[in-house]
Amino acid sequence: MLDDTDRRLLRQLQADPTLSVADLSEATRIAPATCYKRLDRLHETGVIRATRSVINWAALGYTVEVSLRITLDKTQARAFDDFLAAARDIAEVLEIQTFLGRTDARLSLIARDLGHYQQIYRDRILALPHIADIEALMNVATIKDSPSLPI
Amino acid sequence: MMDLDTTDRALLRALQEDAGAKSATLGRRLGLSQPATWRRIKRLVEAGVIAGRRLDLDAGKLGFGVTVFLGVKLATKGRVSLEDFERAVSAIPEVQTVQHVLGLYDYRLRVTARDLADFERVLRRRIMTLPGVGNVEANVLLSEERRPGPL
Repeated sequence: MLDDTDRRLLRQLQADPTLSVADLSEATRIAPATCYKRLDRLHETGVIRATRSVINWAALGYTVEVSLRITLDKTQARAFDDFLAAARDIAEVLEIQTFLGRTDARLSLIARDLGHYQQIYRDRILALPHIADIEALMNVATIKDSPSLPI
Repeated sequence: MMDLDTTDRALLRALQEDAGAKSATLGRRLGLSQPATWRRIKRLVEAGVIAGRRLDLDAGKLGFGVTVFLGVKLATKGRVSLEDFERAVSAIPEVQTVQHVLGLYDYRLRVTARDLADFERVLRRRIMTLPGVGNVEANVLLSEERRPGPL
């Protein structure tokens, strides 16, 4: 479905999502009309879902980032559904993932400081349904964070 | 640190959905004039709250059907080996995220691959051969959702 022209456009756009069609056309040497047409189709077919603004939570005072790896009590039939629904209600949760492996689910959680983290952990996280075990990984530094795919 | 009012929060939520939304459109939705909306966005960018843009692609439609989260423990520690490891792991195109963490593991990696066979190739040839790499735990991603965060 995708050809080389699409890939070239996506590679440029991944590297810099702020590029205008004119910039893209210049960088890829693809005519502006073709760029428009291809980008439209990539949006229509859902290959490009959106271009999103990235929020720097540290600039809003959120200095603590913790990855919570959760094992659920799978003897409960609704363990995953109940857990996920309740996790969505915690505002400080940025990402929710489910896995095949030793860990069942993972929450990415931010907090203003360790005191705030402690409070969210005790009042909200430990109150989540069907948790059998929790492991916390405190983020020290993000070395690389790129949604880019090796297209 | 910047304090946000309710309008700023609504604006950030909208820009997380669509970074390219026109300030006139956003303004109409929030009951602001176009120049007032534009000024608020400019202030958020200048304060570093809006850190940039992220292209949200449907990885599956681009042929990347597998995402794996790896917990990596280093076998040998020391400043030099950490830097060597970080440089080498960040250079792998399939590795999207590298986080230095505190807890059960030393690093958390997010790896994308075409399928499980492709993932095995990346794991064996690129990850297991990294300098200092020790124990590795893999969890295959089944589902993922990103939340707007505390706005």
